[in-house]
Amino acid sequence: MTTTPTMPPQTGVDETLRAALVSRTRPPRASALSASLTFGWRALLKIKHVPEQLFDVTAFPIMMTLMFTYLFGGALAGSTGEYLQYLLPGILVMTVAMITMYTGFNLNTDISKGVFDRFRSLPIWRPAALVGALLGDVVRYTLASMMVIVLGVIMGFRPAGGVIGVLLSVALLLVFAFSLAWVWAAVGLVVRTPNSVMGVSMMILFPLTFGSNVFVDPKTMPGWLEAFVGVNPITHLVAAVRGLMSGTVPATRIGWVLVACAVLVAVFAPLTMRLYRTKR
Amino acid sequence: MGSHPDLATEASGLVKTFGKVRAVDGIDLSVRTGGVYGFLGPNGAGKTTAIRVLATLLPPDGGGARVLGHDIVREANAVRGRVSLTGQFASVDEDLTGMENLVLLGRLLGYPRTQAKKRAGELLDAFGLTDAAGRQVKTYSGGMRRRLDVAASIVVRPDLIFLDEPTTGLDPRSRNQVWDIVRALVSTGTTVLLTTQYLDEADQLADRIAVIDHGKIIAEGTSGELKASIGSGALHVRLLDPGQRGDAERLLAETLGVAVHLDSDPAALSARISDTERVAHALAQLSRSGVVVTHFALGQPSLDEVFLALTGHPAEADDDATEENAA
Repeated sequence: MTTTPTMPPQTGVDETLRAALVSRTRPPRASALSASLTFGWRALLKIKHVPEQLFDVTAFPIMMTLMFTYLFGGALAGSTGEYLQYLLPGILVMTVAMITMYTGFNLNTDISKGVFDRFRSLPIWRPAALVGALLGDVVRYTLASMMVIVLGVIMGFRPAGGVIGVLLSVALLLVFAFSLAWVWAAVGLVVRTPNSVMGVSMMILFPLTFGSNVFVDPKTMPGWLEAFVGVNPITHLVAAVRGLMSGTVPATRIGWVLVACAVLVAVFAPLTMRLYRTKR
Repeated sequence: MGSHPDLATEASGLVKTFGKVRAVDGIDLSVRTGGVYGFLGPNGAGKTTAIRVLATLLPPDGGGARVLGHDIVREANAVRGRVSLTGQFASVDEDLTGMENLVLLGRLLGYPRTQAKKRAGELLDAFGLTDAAGRQVKTYSGGMRRRLDVAASIVVRPDLIFLDEPTTGLDPRSRNQVWDIVRALVSTGTTVLLTTQYLDEADQLADRIAVIDHGKIIAEGTSGELKASIGSGALHVRLLDPGQRGDAERLLAETLGVAVHLDSDPAALSARISDTERVAHALAQLSRSGVVVTHFALGQPSLDEVFLALTGHPAEADDDATEENAA
């Protein structure tokens, strides 16, 4: 503290204070992109100061990959090595899809704090705070993807698509995760507590990820389930990621994934913004 | 509603409801630019909601308002460009450092990175936070947090600043610092609209005060006007000889026609009065009877008394009492 502890500054106004107050510079408005990126920077700063929050994107992917490969590999595909080639793209999608729910969780925690009042009273592009938070989360999804892929390679996963195939598949996955996160952002604004965000997200994510081709070929399923799996966007995403990693370009699958992304953003981004605007 | 250039804020019939609760229940307001305008009221009176509506955080459910000439609904972004809000609970990011908080806001307000840093450093220096610049805000004391909060509100100096209970929970020294900052803001041309539940804060800082209760403005004016409006004050008299207090009590009671209170100081007495004319007469009467007065003062009623007179309940009414009255 630089102020003298014995005498409270009662009379007269400190000159540095006055100088700071008199400053009348008014910079031009921040662009939508710049504001969003600044909020993304805030998300990264929070990771820097609270690295514990990376636990979900590091420990969870490792656990998932190890557990499902060694638990089901022998039974489902004859050997864990064989199964890994099939499973790893699926487990990658599942892990990242699951992690998107932390976006809603964090937003619910964050938005209840006073700092969001300040953000909402700034003359900036309104969605920037949410877009930025979601962009920051893309960094987390990237980290989780790296964990799964590196661990997979260590365990014996060999993608025929090479580095390009892997990068393309991760890029597609990140686009999907960013789109899906809008759903949880909306949920995060509706429900009262972070824990109920988790509850609601789990209710949706479990059937969505397990009711797909992540673990097994849908042909072994009863017809009604196969029909559900067939329209599940996760199925298309897993098929696209598998294709890209094995060196093919499954254009139709990729097309469906991008359609799903567009629909998710078109429905949930405006809804989230509406909720954000009227949030008490 | 026509806009008026000299008005920082004008509202007519402003309403905000939450379910069945009318948190803001038809507020008319006209706040001139310059100086401090205070919203005074107990917890739950609707002060915070009113400020949040005016700062464009909440859309109104009825009526309308203009802030610095801009409609708060149709021209919300223009309003946001010229005002800033310091919320009731520290509106800074606790996980970030003081420096990072200010740089973040500087960037969001459009400063390039280097200028944002320069401005942040300048503000930290002005608010005596340079030493704590690199520490996470969660390690700050209440007073430091509040100063950072106000600093964050003036990264780009606003024309109008909303301060929601700026000194709630602060120790007296920190409170004085915040008051000094508010006075400094006003002296450099910013209009301040603050809420408070502390009567002495409104009395000390605000040029005009709106007393809010149950979402309505029940009285408005300068602190002097508000006090005068309930038409009473107090006469305090101190005698040279405490032995004369009995005589003085009798004489004052006769001339003023009211009960005289004997203070704990054996030489002092006081009386509630409604008519100041009689005071001179009473003092002359004392002098004529040989009672030597060393000191006298004609005090205005405290805002506490004003609040009680206006609302029928004390200002310190807790939430339960407020809700009972609302029901």
